[in-house]
Amino acid sequence: MRVHLRVWRQPAAHAPGGFEEYDLDDVSPDMSFLEMLDILNEQLVAEGREPVAFDHDCREGICGSCGMMINGQAHGPERGTATCQLHMRKFDDGAHIVIEPWRAAAFTVIKDLSVDRGALDRIIQAGGYITAPTGSAPEANSLPVPKEVADASMDAAACIQCGACVAACPNGAAHLFTAAKVAHLNLLPQGQPERFTRVQAMVDEMERWFGSCTMHGECEAACPKEISIDFIALMNRDYVKAQFKNRRLIAQSA
Amino acid sequence: MSDITLDAKIPDGPLADKWDNHRFEVKLVNPSNRRRFEIIVIGTGLAGASAAATLGELGYRVKAFFFHDSPRRAHSIAAQGGINAAKNYKNDGDSIQRLFYDTIKGGDYRSREANTYRLAQVSVEIIDQCVAQGVPFAREYGGLLDNRSFGGAQVSRTFYARGQTGQQLLLGAYQALERQVHLGNVQQYNRSEMLDLVVKDGRAVGVVVRDLLTGQVRSHSAHAVVLATGGYGNVFFLSTNAKASNATAIWRAHRRGALFANPCYTQIHPTCIPASDEFQSKLVLMSESLRNDGRVWVPKEFGDERPPNLIPEEDRDYFLERRYPAFGNLVPRDVASRAIKREVDAGRGVGPLKNGVYLDFGDAITRLGRSVIAERYGNLFQMYERITGEDPYVVPMRIYPAVHYTMGGLWVDYNLMSNVPGLYVIGEANFADQGANRLGASALMQGLADGYFILPNTISDYLAGLLGTAPVPTDDPAFTAAEAEVEERVRSLLAVNGRYTVDHFHRELGKIMWDNCGMARSEESLKKALSEIPSLREEFHRDVRVLGDDRSLNQSLEKAGRVSDFLELAELICTDALHREESCGGHFRVEHQTEDGEALRDDEHFAYVGAWEFSGVGSPPELHKEPLEFEFVHLAQRSYK
Repeated sequence: MRVHLRVWRQPAAHAPGGFEEYDLDDVSPDMSFLEMLDILNEQLVAEGREPVAFDHDCREGICGSCGMMINGQAHGPERGTATCQLHMRKFDDGAHIVIEPWRAAAFTVIKDLSVDRGALDRIIQAGGYITAPTGSAPEANSLPVPKEVADASMDAAACIQCGACVAACPNGAAHLFTAAKVAHLNLLPQGQPERFTRVQAMVDEMERWFGSCTMHGECEAACPKEISIDFIALMNRDYVKAQFKNRRLIAQSA
Repeated sequence: MSDITLDAKIPDGPLADKWDNHRFEVKLVNPSNRRRFEIIVIGTGLAGASAAATLGELGYRVKAFFFHDSPRRAHSIAAQGGINAAKNYKNDGDSIQRLFYDTIKGGDYRSREANTYRLAQVSVEIIDQCVAQGVPFAREYGGLLDNRSFGGAQVSRTFYARGQTGQQLLLGAYQALERQVHLGNVQQYNRSEMLDLVVKDGRAVGVVVRDLLTGQVRSHSAHAVVLATGGYGNVFFLSTNAKASNATAIWRAHRRGALFANPCYTQIHPTCIPASDEFQSKLVLMSESLRNDGRVWVPKEFGDERPPNLIPEEDRDYFLERRYPAFGNLVPRDVASRAIKREVDAGRGVGPLKNGVYLDFGDAITRLGRSVIAERYGNLFQMYERITGEDPYVVPMRIYPAVHYTMGGLWVDYNLMSNVPGLYVIGEANFADQGANRLGASALMQGLADGYFILPNTISDYLAGLLGTAPVPTDDPAFTAAEAEVEERVRSLLAVNGRYTVDHFHRELGKIMWDNCGMARSEESLKKALSEIPSLREEFHRDVRVLGDDRSLNQSLEKAGRVSDFLELAELICTDALHREESCGGHFRVEHQTEDGEALRDDEHFAYVGAWEFSGVGSPPELHKEPLEFEFVHLAQRSYK
């Protein structure tokens, strides 16, 4: 099949960028989207032009490295699918495909389709963990976790930190990402001791970098792991509770 | 010739007491002195992230380097099926002794008894640790942990988090690491690739790192260097490894004197999605856990063109169940891979390219219902559907073996230190615990055992002797010379400006390796590979085309450096495979097989670790042998019948 590509090219963060157009004549429907870009890059190098930079690694939809806006949709047209798992059979012969990097204030463009998502790591650093230094753990089965709780926690923990939720959000908010981590840990019995300090620290850090949530719902639609927007409600509830709980703790320590 | 003697430093005493005795004997660093020591960790997969986090918790000052944008992208994240531990929660006869025995037998008796036993001992602590961190393992309705079975075992000892166990374990380690970053105990450097090891007066004193965004080449010094950079399966181009997984860190350390042990022990995983065309960029694994419920078969008749659901039971050959009744579909990976290859080579392959066999869930779906199968393997089925466009609930999966894991790696002693003092190697990057074949769900176990529990308890033995010394300053000639070499190498890759892309050479190398040093190897094929690799390497350095500059993100340049190292490593793999005149585990020499086509070891001549010393590109490496002594297990022909 043939495709016509319009790809965002930008040499560096502060350099101006623009679209360039390319035609590919020999694309197999069994190729993944990234394999199609590999072919483009081979072709560009053969012509003496610099290949398109894009992040990718596992190509199995789990590392979260890849991600681009494809025809205005984060990770492209197929629901619940990261860019690397999108295949060309989902496009028509002769399709025009526009490819852009994630667009969000918190994600600066590094080059072409590659962006800096470091702000997501900073949210985790602020509190996205359970403090359990190595060696101090009790016997694993000493703490039963109801199956429904473990399953719900796992649903949230499936997040791959790709940033599609942020890119899809008209406000550039990272609520779905943050809520997924808050829910993963706050639902579990092991996560209870730090529950309210965690949610406060993570949300406060999130707000330093990202926009606000207006319950638009684009994040859930774009998420390659189909993480539910319900987790945002859970995070918001815990955040409100934290305002009281954490204040009481401060009063006690004074 | 060099005078290296390989001392594995295995502690005395009964097998079960060695680790305890050893922990009592190692020198310690007291808590207030730990902040005087700096440790560099390269790589943040399961082994690296767990090590960096734990060393930070202990109070050491740690610098963690990784080439991804976030530590959580490391390829451990893609491990699907599970992690083994000798908890015996299922009351089905498991024990530390049995996990030890299964692992050493699964490795075809080519690993060290003491290391493997320690791995089995530590396995139970890993599960405790991960649960405490909030890893959402699968649970029974009563809230207790669930298990499933993996290849090479007759017990259920595998803990799992749906089909994303590696992801969840890595997130646990990553979150522990980010906590240490927040506390200031660990400094992390993302998009930073180690391009050389710095050795001074015979000790590892630091590394040279290239910032992938700015191209800046910088040195970092420390009291000890830990490599946790994974395996080298991408030398085959097509593998289940992530695209950027590479051997550069361990290869550069090898060039600086670290011995490379058993490079020919590479694992071909039986259940991967067959290649669909020549543009294929990588192969995708379908978890071994699928063999719990999936049955492997081919049509009995050659050229049977009927769709699988129209082929009746009596016309199907469930060849694993037929040949290995005791273990059935759950034979170890090397055994399953060879059996599948035999069917496809014999012309009974299925699919448009006749390059696969069926993995059929029909029986399981009838027996358990679609929803149970969806709960166990839902994300794997979805992944399969995305890639092939076929629905595995209806049409059997097609699978074929692919390169997956490398048991070989840098040689380390019982402390996980290489022969270069101060250089530690953990996880898949070392050679130690898996022998000639790794059992499923044991890689996660080894990575975390090394990172959480073993290295943090052994590294003090070396550091204690350095108390009161500062790291070598990075303006030392040892550092400036290494930096200059790195910069020269980068410049020379850009300067060639030849005709072919980096991927072109990588593909060619992969083809040579797969055809001649893949699932079946012979003297003839290996000699062929050894004649072809050097000329491909020369052609690469004469005719590769890397565009762009070295002062901004340049992914072709990164790849070029890695492929250039693969082109050197490939020769060592084939050299090792040629010298090992026996078949064992993943290393199958067609000249050495039993009457029914199983691997035939030669314990009299090859019960040793083959550790190679670098002597220059293109010049024959020198072999050092560490004899494997078996005091506690009886060497036997492996049988899964």
